[in-house]
Amino acid sequence: MWKKVYEWMDERLGLNEIYTSLLDRPEPKGNWWNTLGSASLFLFLLQGLTGIFLTVYYTPSPDHAYDSIQYIMEGVAYGWLIRGIHHWGATLMVIVVFVHMLRVFVTASFKYPRELTWLIGIGLLLATLGMGFTGYLLPWNQRAYWATTVGTQIAGTVPFIGEFILKALRGGPDLSALTLQRFFSAHIWMLPAVLAGFIGVHLYLIIRHGESHWPKRED
Amino acid sequence: MSDSKELSRRDFIKVTTGIVGGAIGLALGLPSISYLIDPALREGGKEAWIPIGRLENMEIGKPYQFSFTRVQVNGWERTSSSFGGYALRNSEDPNDLLILNSRCTHLACTVNWSEQAGAYLCPCHDAKFSPTGEVLDGPPPRPLDSFAEHRLTEDGVIEIFFKAG
Repeated sequence: MWKKVYEWMDERLGLNEIYTSLLDRPEPKGNWWNTLGSASLFLFLLQGLTGIFLTVYYTPSPDHAYDSIQYIMEGVAYGWLIRGIHHWGATLMVIVVFVHMLRVFVTASFKYPRELTWLIGIGLLLATLGMGFTGYLLPWNQRAYWATTVGTQIAGTVPFIGEFILKALRGGPDLSALTLQRFFSAHIWMLPAVLAGFIGVHLYLIIRHGESHWPKRED
Repeated sequence: MSDSKELSRRDFIKVTTGIVGGAIGLALGLPSISYLIDPALREGGKEAWIPIGRLENMEIGKPYQFSFTRVQVNGWERTSSSFGGYALRNSEDPNDLLILNSRCTHLACTVNWSEQAGAYLCPCHDAKFSPTGEVLDGPPPRPLDSFAEHRLTEDGVIEIFFKAG
């Protein structure tokens, strides 16, 4: 019965083809350093999932942001777990993405024909850091407030257009409800959209070109 | 490979991935469900005796309107909800009292007493209830709810026993 259902689905969706090209594709001999890209993807999905769950209770308003997080941590069943995973997963993701980049650099995997994979990877790294920066403000505690004050002030030191960048980031000259709201929007909509799109292209390119082999002495 | 009894490297990886993935899925999935439905498992508001008005102000045979609010902590906020109803005295006997809840039994809008119609009218779906709460017209499935427990205090105030759902 299930075999028939599977065959019916396979005939229309091409499941076997997808499986072969995604998971059963030929690979050069690698090692654990080659798994960091998949680890980044897993962390992205984990962050996405826990992040979606957090929005069930979190409120991006100066009046309630702090209280709603207190409630998540102390009032809701397993709120501490969901937020804990999101909190530590964020740090872990920055580390894993960065080490993944180092590995690609060291094994020279960014060379022809994978230059575009590398460039998009840079976009992914920057978007990941952006996620970290915008997410840091959301608890709206003292540390979040002053970290964002300093962070946006640093962006404001850009010559000529610094003032504009600072105001654009904060939604005005000061840190306010507008800052919290636009950081929230960037954190849950804009940056994840960019990440998801880039990840799609990044994965497509990896499958198209295959993984690079580990360089030998004569390379 | 497949003819030997030993597990092939490939199958070992597949099985291990399945088990580890399943374990992660369970460890994350079950708490997530609990996290999402948590507020639905909470107890409702506290019960209390609520004063609705002085007996001497309630005319016999004429619905007397009252309203009150209850405050409850929901999550990180205190939510105040409004409730109301009509008390109808049938005779001089202070216990001969019908206290209706003005919450429509159809879809919970608030009904209003209309002197002209001599009935309670609901603005949402044109429901019509008689002064004693019977359905006269419209979609409600049952008569208006009433506050069965009420008492008269020593200083002449009618109180109802209330428990928010």
